[in-house]
Amino acid sequence: MAELFEIDNLQIQARKEDGTPIPIVKGVSFKVKAGQVVALIGESGSGKSTISMATMAYCRPGLEFPGGEVRLHGEDVLSMDPQDQRELRGNKVAYLAQSAAATFNPAITIGEQVTEAAVLHGTLTQEEANKRAVELYHALELPDPERLGRRYPHQVSGGQLQRLMAAMALVSRPDLLVLDEPTTALDVTTQIEVLKAFKKVIQDEGSAAIYVTHDLAVVAQIADHIVVLYSGEVQEQGPVEQIINNPKHPYTKRLMAAVKPTPKAGMGELLSDQHDRDELNVEVKNMTAGYGGIVNGKPVITVLRDINVKIKNSHVVGVIGESGCGKSTLARVIAGLLPAAKGDVFLDGKKLERSLKNRSQEELQKIQFVYQMADTALNPRQVIGDILGRPLEFYRGIKGRERREEVAKLLDLVELPSDFESRYPSELSGGQKQRVNMARALAANPEIMLCDEVTSALDSIVSSNVIKLLKKLRDKTGVSFVFISHDLSTVGSFADEIVVLYAGRVVEQGPVDEVLAPPYHPYTRLLISSVPELRVGWLEDTMKKREMAVGIARGVEITDTGCPFYNRCPIAIDGTCDREVAPTREPSPDHFISCHRTMEEIKQIEENPQQILHGFEKPAPDGAKTVAT
Amino acid sequence: MQRMVIQRILIGFVTLWVVSVLVFLMTNALPGDVAQIVLGQSATPESLAAYRAERGLDQPLLFQYFGWLGNMLSGDLGISKAGGATISSLIGERLKNTMVMAGIVALISVPLSVGLGLMAAMYPGTWIDKSLTFGTLALISVPEFFIATFMVLIFAVQLGWLPSVARVSAEQSYYDWWRSMAMPLLVLVIVVAAQMIRMTRAGILNVMNSPYIEMAILKGVRRKRIILRHAFFNTIGPIVNVIALNLAYLVSGVVIVETIFAYPGLAKLMIDGVQTRDLPLVQACAMIFCATYVVLIILADVAAILANPRLRNPK
Amino acid sequence: MSDVTQGADAETDQDMSIYDELHDAPPKKRLKLSWTGKIGVVIVIFWIVIAVIGPWVAPYDQAAILDMDSYLPPGAEIDGGGTHWLGSDKNERDILSRVLWGARMTVGISVIATLMAYLMGVTAGIAAAVKRGWTDMILSRINDAILSLPTIMLGLLIVVALGSSIPILIGTAAIIYASSVYRIARAYGQEIMVMDYVESAQARGETIWWIIFREVLPNAAMPLATDFGLRLVFVVLFISSLSFLGLGIQPPNADWGSMVRGNLEAMQFAEGWGILAPIWPALAIASFTIAINLIVDDVSAESGGDLAKKMIS
Repeated sequence: MAELFEIDNLQIQARKEDGTPIPIVKGVSFKVKAGQVVALIGESGSGKSTISMATMAYCRPGLEFPGGEVRLHGEDVLSMDPQDQRELRGNKVAYLAQSAAATFNPAITIGEQVTEAAVLHGTLTQEEANKRAVELYHALELPDPERLGRRYPHQVSGGQLQRLMAAMALVSRPDLLVLDEPTTALDVTTQIEVLKAFKKVIQDEGSAAIYVTHDLAVVAQIADHIVVLYSGEVQEQGPVEQIINNPKHPYTKRLMAAVKPTPKAGMGELLSDQHDRDELNVEVKNMTAGYGGIVNGKPVITVLRDINVKIKNSHVVGVIGESGCGKSTLARVIAGLLPAAKGDVFLDGKKLERSLKNRSQEELQKIQFVYQMADTALNPRQVIGDILGRPLEFYRGIKGRERREEVAKLLDLVELPSDFESRYPSELSGGQKQRVNMARALAANPEIMLCDEVTSALDSIVSSNVIKLLKKLRDKTGVSFVFISHDLSTVGSFADEIVVLYAGRVVEQGPVDEVLAPPYHPYTRLLISSVPELRVGWLEDTMKKREMAVGIARGVEITDTGCPFYNRCPIAIDGTCDREVAPTREPSPDHFISCHRTMEEIKQIEENPQQILHGFEKPAPDGAKTVAT
Repeated sequence: MQRMVIQRILIGFVTLWVVSVLVFLMTNALPGDVAQIVLGQSATPESLAAYRAERGLDQPLLFQYFGWLGNMLSGDLGISKAGGATISSLIGERLKNTMVMAGIVALISVPLSVGLGLMAAMYPGTWIDKSLTFGTLALISVPEFFIATFMVLIFAVQLGWLPSVARVSAEQSYYDWWRSMAMPLLVLVIVVAAQMIRMTRAGILNVMNSPYIEMAILKGVRRKRIILRHAFFNTIGPIVNVIALNLAYLVSGVVIVETIFAYPGLAKLMIDGVQTRDLPLVQACAMIFCATYVVLIILADVAAILANPRLRNPK
Repeated sequence: MSDVTQGADAETDQDMSIYDELHDAPPKKRLKLSWTGKIGVVIVIFWIVIAVIGPWVAPYDQAAILDMDSYLPPGAEIDGGGTHWLGSDKNERDILSRVLWGARMTVGISVIATLMAYLMGVTAGIAAAVKRGWTDMILSRINDAILSLPTIMLGLLIVVALGSSIPILIGTAAIIYASSVYRIARAYGQEIMVMDYVESAQARGETIWWIIFREVLPNAAMPLATDFGLRLVFVVLFISSLSFLGLGIQPPNADWGSMVRGNLEAMQFAEGWGILAPIWPALAIASFTIAINLIVDDVSAESGGDLAKKMIS
């Protein structure tokens, strides 16, 4: 009997202007058995997305299939006529794309998009499809399943859209599900929720799946079999346990090395103490900021409330939180890109003007901002030499031959060859562009660099290299960093201190080894437990912990009263946490936690979470008090 | 959403006001002393002064402007100096002619061009698409007077099927009326449709690069449905905008066609007014054209806001 | 070049350095014209050359009255020797010579007017995008008002008010078309102004001039160049239409628009192929404008229809 699905010596190529072929996929073969989940793992450019679309005999414009076969139930789909290929798509094989926000048509209701494939292919009538869609919404734990179909994509959150896409793929009961990086764009807390939902429906439906990603830790949770791709070729393949516990190929080993460790105390590397580290460099005092102008002394949309942060000389302060928590806003206020509504920023003890227009050139020079997306941060019409040379000239008056030498030194500092000075940004890879982006900030000879999610758009290996570079730069230059990230393990490995932001407020802050060790703020705890471990079964273990189920299902909401984390907190006290601002507690010197629970209560929960949380229901009916005490 | 619509309408009013200032200043820059032209070379200085006083022409420009604006707003368009008829009566018949022609052209060209534009987008690279793309490219590249003369050459001179002049009157039979209107209508439909076909096609193909279109392909949706259901609804805003611009053109920009076919429309009236220095007439016509444009653009913007589900259904 | 060769830990580096970071982006494409685009380039260059050298290659003077008969057909012999390759016009002048002379007027005036429209439109548009606030508000309202006046009407008003001369024609066309250039330049300017590299330059403390000339303009140059082609077509059509209405370039100067108008009656009175008298100059206009559009189509297809989006919204 034929395999459910088989790719045999698949080749895909593009063509140069003169017609010579450029191979993209160079003879890839693997099989998918019924009910099996096969992971395609590799970095951008490895051809994994291209292969995933080839399962439906589809390739993007400009690509072609010169050879190989893609067999579903033993029949080659590449040689089918276009009509039959169309019948296959969305019916026998269904596809989930990386960015649900872009893949849902903004002008059509969710319900119509979810049911479209099944109805068009004639597998279900519209009524049957609607019914099935609602069942799937239930199974995927989406809110308000009965009415969800009538809404438009912009009316639901990113994590929900991602799960809705799973519903869209599953509605016609496909034999094979293709998932292309479906959780890469999500926050860790949302990622785990979506992963759980995917895993459950794949098991319930019994369909086979191909899961494409660059993240080994995610793969370990969901796949049975792993195919490691590099540059359009299979490097290694085998059962998940074998690949993870005993990788053979050097490339697989390197992927393993780039997997982020679980955040815990002591994970960071100590700084060699050649720099004077006691002076206060930047201080943020009682700062409130937001968008939309200031009315009655408050911004129309408040993003940050009453923030206090101290950054000492050549220290790294990591700022962590989910999207929408105000991390980037904090950096923008320090840089003066967004004037604060209240409170002040001090540089070397001197109060800074709120708007950068009123700051002196020297002040601007000392605080440098590094943008998340190097693609938009580097002017595409300037060569690297000019991008790096301009701050040298502007701030430090370095010109001519000396400027060229300085540019070469900067390139060397970020470990790029000096002949890059004559290249345009479009001629560089993503990681190289990010290095230039950092070199430009260094060119100003700053005291502090504000790095806004500088690694989040990069693949795991490239990202781990950029982090290594940042550590070296910190040691060599003695510059202070504000390092913003949604990735706690990256921050934990690099920062001296951590500030945990939730919904625009600091919920915990302190030295890295204190923050990453109990007692935790409930939100910090949620973040730590959401980082996937490179271990089969981690997802199940985590989901068993009851507090996770309560903690992660909701999005970030900015509230005016009470503790912002109230509606996601497993140990919230009704009537207190939703009304009063949480007191700030200091379990150890310089370590602050804002929580209504005492440190003793939090410690008890740490020691025996099951017992303390047993029987806990939220939201509690008739305002019953929790049983924590 | 309501706020956006109201905001859009307010901006329209501001634009109309700026237009009124521009029109007033520009017509005042027309050479020649109005009083002199009206009363002729033999007029005495006293009668000239009396005329100026009567029309308020001796007052400062600012007073003249507000007087004119006030009259205009209360529906008094003034009196034409040629024959002393009221402007309203002069414009009335011409406006009707122009509106009839614009209306017929719109009724034919809008469905035709949206349809052809969608068809070209549906079968890209086929002979239908290629001939439509090149044909419309050629048509938007040549002057209208070329198209008009060419049509006259073929249909009136060589074939003798249609009259080369569009004389319309109340006594005509329906058949004669359509025969005389046929040629100008045909020219205008061609000119206007070529623009709209190209923009519809470009708008659709632009959306066709979106990830949600690729998703629809991967769901096995037919190309026809992809264009009509997935792409078209996201292109309505820009398409409506192009339609509005072209309709505005139909009311005002048809001078050439009206001249060639001697059609008694509003544009022709304004040209005549310019040549006889009939200031109030020119001002009135210019304001009608601009108001049409502004109203159409507001309608297009409002339609685009209504067609956008993001704005129609807030979070 | 590898992201790791010098960076990562030495012990893992040795066997790992062969795994370079892969390039996700397709190889950079240079602008490549299709065969229709290439034809366009040839025709445009041809007319620009003729605009410069036309009077020297034309067999006769543009105003020379050569025979006794109007509307001679193409190929007719001239009494004093020589041939009317394209026939003669109403006033017994050689059409070929007048088409060649006319290139200077039609193409030359249009190119100068478009350049001026660009100078004004881009300056104001970028200023509005960079300065924002009241500058943008005032410039945009004035611009809306000019745009809402029908182009031909506005042209007629100005030309009638100030009289028809070549400088006035150029100025009129430039002002009218500057307003559409303004819209496009402003749209691109606004798009570029929100890029991080611009913000980064602002955060560095750069002057507004640096921002405009080093950050914004270089990135708007390519799409604006494409739009220049389209705008040039409109200006050619505009000038020709004014000439056709008798308000553009005045006799005895030859220009393509007035040549069509002047010879219209050939279609009723001429014999044989003499009726083509108005067609030749019209073909000249059409060939020039179609050729520009062929190039623009190629270039804008390359840039993904982005320009079309800006033009209609």
